Amino acid sequence: MGKRSIGKLLRVNLTAGTCTVEKINEAWAKDYIGGRGLASKYLCDEVAPTVDPTGPDNKLIFAVGPLTGTYGAANGRYMVVTKSPLTGTIASSNSGGYFPSELRYAGYDLIIFEGKSPYPVYLQIHNQNVKLADAAFLWGKSTAQTEDLIRQKFHGDAKVACIGPAGENGVHFANIMNDKHRAAGRSGVGLVMGIKNLKAVAVRGNGGVKIADPIAYRAAALDSYGLLKANPVTSQGLPALGTPVLVNIINQSGAMPTNNFQFDTFDGAEDISGEKLVETYLKRNKSCMGCVIGCGRVTKLSNDKYQGSGEGPEYETIWALGAACGVRDLAAVTKANYLCNEYGMDTITAGSTVACAMELFEKGLISEQEVGMPIPFGDGDAMVKLIELAGKNEGFGKKIALGSYRLAESYGVPELSMTVKKLEFPAYDGRGLQGMALQYATSNRGACHVRGYLVSPEILGLPEKLDPQTIEGKASWTKIFQDFTAVVDSAGICLFTTFGIGAPQVTRFYNAATGTNCTDEEIMQIGERIWNLERKFNLKAGIDPAQDTLPKRLLSEPIADGPLKGAVARLPEMLPEYYQLRGWSAKGIPTAEKLKSLGLS
Amino acid sequence: MQKQIRIEPAKCIGCKSCELACSFKHRGEFAPSRSRIVNEVFVDEAKFITVTCMQCDEPWCLKACPKGAIDKDAVSGVVTVDEVKCVGCRTCVSACPFGMITYQADSRKADKCNLCGGDFPECVTFCPTHCLTFSEEDKPLREKVLRFVNTMKNGQGEV
Repeated sequence: MGKRSIGKLLRVNLTAGTCTVEKINEAWAKDYIGGRGLASKYLCDEVAPTVDPTGPDNKLIFAVGPLTGTYGAANGRYMVVTKSPLTGTIASSNSGGYFPSELRYAGYDLIIFEGKSPYPVYLQIHNQNVKLADAAFLWGKSTAQTEDLIRQKFHGDAKVACIGPAGENGVHFANIMNDKHRAAGRSGVGLVMGIKNLKAVAVRGNGGVKIADPIAYRAAALDSYGLLKANPVTSQGLPALGTPVLVNIINQSGAMPTNNFQFDTFDGAEDISGEKLVETYLKRNKSCMGCVIGCGRVTKLSNDKYQGSGEGPEYETIWALGAACGVRDLAAVTKANYLCNEYGMDTITAGSTVACAMELFEKGLISEQEVGMPIPFGDGDAMVKLIELAGKNEGFGKKIALGSYRLAESYGVPELSMTVKKLEFPAYDGRGLQGMALQYATSNRGACHVRGYLVSPEILGLPEKLDPQTIEGKASWTKIFQDFTAVVDSAGICLFTTFGIGAPQVTRFYNAATGTNCTDEEIMQIGERIWNLERKFNLKAGIDPAQDTLPKRLLSEPIADGPLKGAVARLPEMLPEYYQLRGWSAKGIPTAEKLKSLGLS
Repeated sequence: MQKQIRIEPAKCIGCKSCELACSFKHRGEFAPSRSRIVNEVFVDEAKFITVTCMQCDEPWCLKACPKGAIDKDAVSGVVTVDEVKCVGCRTCVSACPFGMITYQADSRKADKCNLCGGDFPECVTFCPTHCLTFSEEDKPLREKVLRFVNTMKNGQGEV
């Protein structure tokens, strides 16, 4: 068996305009795998948790994992790690497409951006040739235009990750788009990039990724393909309907937050469902690099009012721009999705913030005069207009651009922001899924579904069916899912594969790729180490454990309608058990023994 | 009958599994830019096109080779480069109108798809949608003709 082939670290000092290549700390790579884990380790080592996320001392890290750019499941992911300007927590946003693999073929596993460029630049990488180039001609351009212009100017086969106007304009939930339609979406990572005057990263890589044990790796891949083909979600649901397969499923379960979480069933769900998207705007489905699932939705919209084309909308997007705003017009939702992608904004926070504004309008706290138009729930055209204003950071869009927490707080009602640690919820009401409630409250980046997707057991019945309303065992499930997801994000695999494969398969890939001999338990311990490292960063950043909570609406206002009518999130009953299982104090602080056992003292 | 790699672009999802599988088997690493099969993704047009050597009946590369290093097997139909005879002159690279024979810097030889030299083609094994199949000459053609025939049949009587 061979050795792990590990890429280089590319350090880009934007203040000085220098690019230097360093060796990656191999001991850290062993302790943290790569991707999210390794990037978080570098961030914690090099950046004070109290750093101003919008200042030049914050760093922005791109990281691929040891499985990125290979076959096996859907091994084409990278992570963007930084301190979030939206939440003040550690941020790590994940994306697929082709850019992450290309970065690895060019020979780099990590890029650390530090400082701030005096003028707009973009990074050109062609194997070992790396340089910062003037980005004046790209500034102000949409994400798709930026990609096209870079390919014309730099290299026809370049893969590109970039920000759109939102990241330049100070939008707190700006994202980083790659391959035009894939997004490192959440926590405002695109704003950090914009503040650094870094418009894009373009890469062409002609090298390859070596595997320590090719025969074992191939066998593991064939096994994993078999499991993914046998699983109904990865072989049928996602390819046929994409993530929007969930619209009808979640709505029928009674946990589809509607009108900013005032209701939990949406009578317009059918109109914005995955099935409806197939009938209307879907052209075909599409994969990311090395993915056998192919959930991507290539769509084209053309009606009297709205035109455009691109990918999506995905499930969370359909919910945020649709049900959360009471909007049942799929054309408006699809158009707003395209706008978010072109401006470079997180669709979840964008839609949820519009939903929050609509409730403030409904309650009379925001006037028609202030916005320049009425913004009632259900008004798709108003929603599209607000999204566009947010992307431009103009007019009332300036308030939307701050995210729902800062918006609601400015009207004296922060409780109407449906967030945890200032990050907006995705499309599953924690009152309906108790495991998700606990997960949202304890996630290291705020209310996020991809830190521990308890929807899988609670709704889809994978790997086994759990009653979404019970709280028994949910603390343990949450911990396991959170730790395992940290491993998946660090390895460079898409989380969607975990509907069909689990820790044994991932461990097998990891061992064959890197020439290690980890057990499943050891892999899960790496996940736990990453989780605790992130927790430590947040605590030092001043995120009090008292913030491991949910909005008042979820804790004390029962669900008003549908099959789960009357349910509240029973977080206080689950949190102590969760802290205990984590080896943390009753106040949520990791104990010295726990940190020592994980090598984090 | 001679078997070939058949490509049905309509089934492709742009995952590049074929490029990954090919390069991993033949280059010993995942290196899509050095794959013998090419999966091109046109995001804006939502089209995915896969191309590889179709083992021509009268190969340009074979005719152009001054060293007689390229051979077409009479039974299998596979066009192969003999690495012992090949001098790396790249004449075949110029001759192939499809760009499907390349010069490899590490081996300093011409290189092309040889249908995995008797093994089942690796790209077909790893294609998740059966966009790629390994079959005898007229099999997918027959399916296409039947689709067309059925369209005609269904349309009858409407005029």
